[in-house]
Amino acid sequence: MSQALVVMRRLIQKGWPFLLALSLLLLAPLALSDFRLNLLGKFLTFAIVALGLDLIWGYGGMLSLGQGLFFGLGAYAMAMYLKLEASGQHLPDFMVWSGRETLPLFWKPFYSPFFAIVVAILFPTLLAAVLGYLVFRSRTRGVYFSIITQALTLIVSILLIGQQAVTGGTNGITNFSTIFGSSLSNPQTQMALYGITVLCLGGVYLLCRWLTHSRLGRLLIALRDDEDRVRFLGYNPVAIKTLIFALSAGLSGLAGALFIPQVGIISPSALGVVPSIEIVIWVAVGGRGTLVGAVVGALLVSWGKSLFSETFPALWQYFMGALFIGAVLLFPQGLVGYLNQARLKARAMLARWWPQPAPQPPPVVEPEAQPGKKFVSS
Amino acid sequence: MVSEQKILDARGVTISFDGFKVLDNLDFSMNYGELRFLIGPNGAGKTTLLDILTGKTRPESGRIVFDGHIHVRFWPEHALVQQGIGRKFQTPTIFSSLTVYENLEAAIGFKDHPLRLCQKLPQASRLAVEKIMDLIGLRANVRAGQLSHGEKQWLEIGMLLIQEPKLLLLDEPVAGMTRRERNRTGELLQAIAQQRSVLVVEHDMDFVRRFASTVTVLHTGKTLCEGPVEVIQNDPQVIEVYLGRGHGSDHGAGRNARNARALDQQTRAAPSV
Repeated sequence: MSQALVVMRRLIQKGWPFLLALSLLLLAPLALSDFRLNLLGKFLTFAIVALGLDLIWGYGGMLSLGQGLFFGLGAYAMAMYLKLEASGQHLPDFMVWSGRETLPLFWKPFYSPFFAIVVAILFPTLLAAVLGYLVFRSRTRGVYFSIITQALTLIVSILLIGQQAVTGGTNGITNFSTIFGSSLSNPQTQMALYGITVLCLGGVYLLCRWLTHSRLGRLLIALRDDEDRVRFLGYNPVAIKTLIFALSAGLSGLAGALFIPQVGIISPSALGVVPSIEIVIWVAVGGRGTLVGAVVGALLVSWGKSLFSETFPALWQYFMGALFIGAVLLFPQGLVGYLNQARLKARAMLARWWPQPAPQPPPVVEPEAQPGKKFVSS
Repeated sequence: MVSEQKILDARGVTISFDGFKVLDNLDFSMNYGELRFLIGPNGAGKTTLLDILTGKTRPESGRIVFDGHIHVRFWPEHALVQQGIGRKFQTPTIFSSLTVYENLEAAIGFKDHPLRLCQKLPQASRLAVEKIMDLIGLRANVRAGQLSHGEKQWLEIGMLLIQEPKLLLLDEPVAGMTRRERNRTGELLQAIAQQRSVLVVEHDMDFVRRFASTVTVLHTGKTLCEGPVEVIQNDPQVIEVYLGRGHGSDHGAGRNARNARALDQQTRAAPSV
């Protein structure tokens, strides 16, 4: 009993910002209009994608320009289910327009929503695992890895456009009606979807936090610092990198599956090269290498984009570009990274003015004196 | 020809880069528990030999047996480390974003499965990390990027020691160190070598004279001679190729190559020690 109390207290002491943010998000429906809530729900799915990219790029140092693809694949898998449910016994409308008469075989299992959800997460995971294994095994890294992921993104989006009869082509898949039998236009359904998204984001955040604070997470940073040293410490970098890349892709797929019922349309333009770069911008602006930064970046930039595009329809893209350039020039660590630094600086200044209350950092070990003494005695 | 006492037995190792034979039918072997120094002028193939022993470079021909049964050619790098070949690189190679403790923690977990890596470090391993930090005299929470050059070298040696390799390969461990630091590192090496085999590549002849027992001189990809340090430093061939040119550290590559070619002909005529 008292053990449980201690655990609870520690949880509240250490996790209060997390719990506060989670409660605020869960209470947001009370304050926001249906339209704004829907937007926020959409942005929260972006935050999940950003967390995935932060794992592989911010911590692992591998800039993947394919996160938009994994997101899109998750969205497409879910959209196939929604489309089939909306079409009932009939063939989906775009197939009819393209002159198809039967449902393609690979569409059939998507009558089951559970199958669709599993595929939305597992297919990007497996695709990333295979691609990652091949790329990492051949020791391709840095900008070449980025180019390969971007090329794959482009290939898939071209493929989706080309196969209009089975993918909906440029228009993508849209015109959904129900999910699990509840109408998508019903505000309560949307609120439930929003709630699920918040909980998923919370869960993903905790997963990422646990991972980055584990030895595996530190090994990921070690890989960013010096891959050869990791290899010559006896680890197989291919395994670790593939694992993290697959995980980040799976998170993107999950986000895509949450995105589609709230937004109602997925098209090749949503998983192309540009959206993938936009994901990078979120993480760069928010602060790579910090999980909070990824979430804040995704929310802030998406919110800014929506605000600018509402207020200045003709100019908003310039604002976005300026925001990105400004962030990279002025805050190369990202917003959260900058704030962290500023906090450390402020603390150091405080310590200078009031030396007593601030605990002194441990004195740096003399480079010469101490080790030698030990060596002789050993 | 695999002897039971040999931790390392390399026969006929050949590799060439761009047509230049860096290692030329090289034979090299080490006994269990031996502290061996490897010297030679620039371009003699010292670092290449280490690359081959750790699997970083694959030889064109030759057979290398480690610990009696491991054929190095067929093992990937990380697996060779798991089998007990540890290597320190020429420049200090540590994880600068991590702390001293985290660097050592990364080193000690090298046999853990990725899922095991998500769990906490066992108590016994934590004690081992503390012990090594004592030995190398570094504090746990200092970021490794902020350490001095010598401290980084020690940290890297500590990371290797904690893995308890059977064979430790050190590429110029005292490069860039002060005289005092060098002496301490030498004492550390002798202490380490009591429990395992150590191969040290070194340029610094003073250091070699002070701490080496057995020395192998490599020259143009071949063993020029091998023996106790007193014999080696009085060997006329060695003096010619190496010692004679004032501690042989920073000579131009061109001059080295010229000397190498001239001496190559001499060494072919003369039997090695």
